[in-house]
Amino acid sequence: MKTVQRKPWGHRAYAIAYLIFLYAPIILLPVFAFNNSVILAFPLEGFTTKWFGEMWADQQMFNALRNSVTVAFSSAAISTILGLFAARASTRFRFPGKGPVVALVMLPLVLPEMILAMSLLVLFLSVGVNLSILTVILGHVLVTTPFAVAILTSAFQSLDRSLEEAAYDLGETPSSTFRLIILPLVMPGIVASFLICFTVSLDEFIISYFLSGTEPMLSAYIYGQFRFPANVPKVMALGTILVLLSVGLLALAEFYRRRGMARTGGKASGGFL
Amino acid sequence: MQGSSGWARFRRSESASGLSMIAPPGIYVILLLAVPLFTVLLTSFYTDGVTETGAKAALPILTFENYAEVWTKPIYRVLMWRSLLISLSVTCITVLLAYPIAYFVSFHVAPSKKSLWLFLITIPFWTSYIIRVFLWKVVLGYNGVFSSGLEMVGITDGPMSFLTNGAVAVTVTLAHAYAPFAILPIFVALEKIDRSYLEAGQDLGETKFTTFVRVTLPLSMPGVIAAVLIVFIPTVGDYVTPDLMGGGKLPLIANAIETQMLKLQHRALGSAMAVSAMAIVALVTVLFLILNRRFLRGNSR
Repeated sequence: MKTVQRKPWGHRAYAIAYLIFLYAPIILLPVFAFNNSVILAFPLEGFTTKWFGEMWADQQMFNALRNSVTVAFSSAAISTILGLFAARASTRFRFPGKGPVVALVMLPLVLPEMILAMSLLVLFLSVGVNLSILTVILGHVLVTTPFAVAILTSAFQSLDRSLEEAAYDLGETPSSTFRLIILPLVMPGIVASFLICFTVSLDEFIISYFLSGTEPMLSAYIYGQFRFPANVPKVMALGTILVLLSVGLLALAEFYRRRGMARTGGKASGGFL
Repeated sequence: MQGSSGWARFRRSESASGLSMIAPPGIYVILLLAVPLFTVLLTSFYTDGVTETGAKAALPILTFENYAEVWTKPIYRVLMWRSLLISLSVTCITVLLAYPIAYFVSFHVAPSKKSLWLFLITIPFWTSYIIRVFLWKVVLGYNGVFSSGLEMVGITDGPMSFLTNGAVAVTVTLAHAYAPFAILPIFVALEKIDRSYLEAGQDLGETKFTTFVRVTLPLSMPGVIAAVLIVFIPTVGDYVTPDLMGGGKLPLIANAIETQMLKLQHRALGSAMAVSAMAIVALVTVLFLILNRRFLRGNSR
């Protein structure tokens, strides 16, 4: 047990400078959301909440938000279920072709989204599927499933296999064991996975843009608003709310993930992924 | 179980349980990932044309012409080189900036605070990508935050823009966007290093610096390699950043693909561009892995 030696100031200073670099753009969001000027520049022109009011009155924004939340909810649910199957299969069983199939499931994590979006577009058009919210969900599930698999795999890995065997010895069937023993233990992982997938889907742009057809989506709506300088402060207000929402969801996800670790006796270390 | 047939035995085997468990996600990715990618490959050999009803479509007349166009027209060659160069510089900058942070969190942060640091590092990544890119435009643009900041401190007099060099703006924005992707794999690799190796190194008379170069760095290389790939591959296909930061003046390969696919509806040509881009990315990836194979071999033991 060797403790950390004297802390070198160079490292700490670099770490803080790096955090400033990471947070610089995000800190500006609320600054300009409350700034009484259409132009995003310093010096600031005084405090206002009118941009929030303008955002709240924007019916187009709400239409896009409704679609995006529907998509995010559906793709988070589907990918968490698919993630459960994949994580359970890869942590509990050995079978032929495991490596390639799991790699294929995780592939969208590194594949450029443009490639995913255009390949789905080409497929849907050649089969004759009409573009709608449904096609966006199908695309988002591909992108969010790797996150679900990563989170749920670590949840299943920390599971003590002897608990499962004890249940079998006590006469439970595989399905009742799963329902009564395994599911409650990985529940925090399931909640964390759902929240992360929801956040990823809500932010996703390219697939929404390619596959939504005429349906408005939140990210595409935001992208469109940047063309009109007068609408930018309104987007800053919307962005501020979205950031708060994302951070809240993530803090909740992290809370559940750690609770899951504590429940299965594991040690909470590391972060997401 | 001895009297049962081979099929019944297989059904009760571990392989069968595993295969039936992986089937739902497996079938999903085969139908919605493998099949679409294959369709793109097939479409890239089709001919862009007009159907009898007058709609633009990729007609199933096989040809190599799309590839001939993508590989010989100077415009596409410029786009591809530009995308590759920007991706490579983004990758270098991101990984070089990320390593010290991963090192700091792994070696100098108390174990109880590591999760908090990782959480702090990942938060910016979970906020809307488009808004983040746009905010960099606000930071670097004419009379932007950076410019007015420099003016206030007295380094410059008068507003100026840092967007005039689109490549630099795109690089900075992408380096920011992919930072957590680079930090996490390096951090994981550093965490795996047995700290007694470092003590052994120093006991044998190495200085801190030589211990780092001869022990820590080689042992963390698998993480660095993962970081390089996880940054390099997606940035080649980035669409939002060049569009917003470059103002459309500095298109990359993804913007050209979007133009062909959506605006011009040249799906065969667009597919050939995508396949070519992916082939080049795959080639660079394989070359990179071959060059670094000695670090990976040690890890797979």
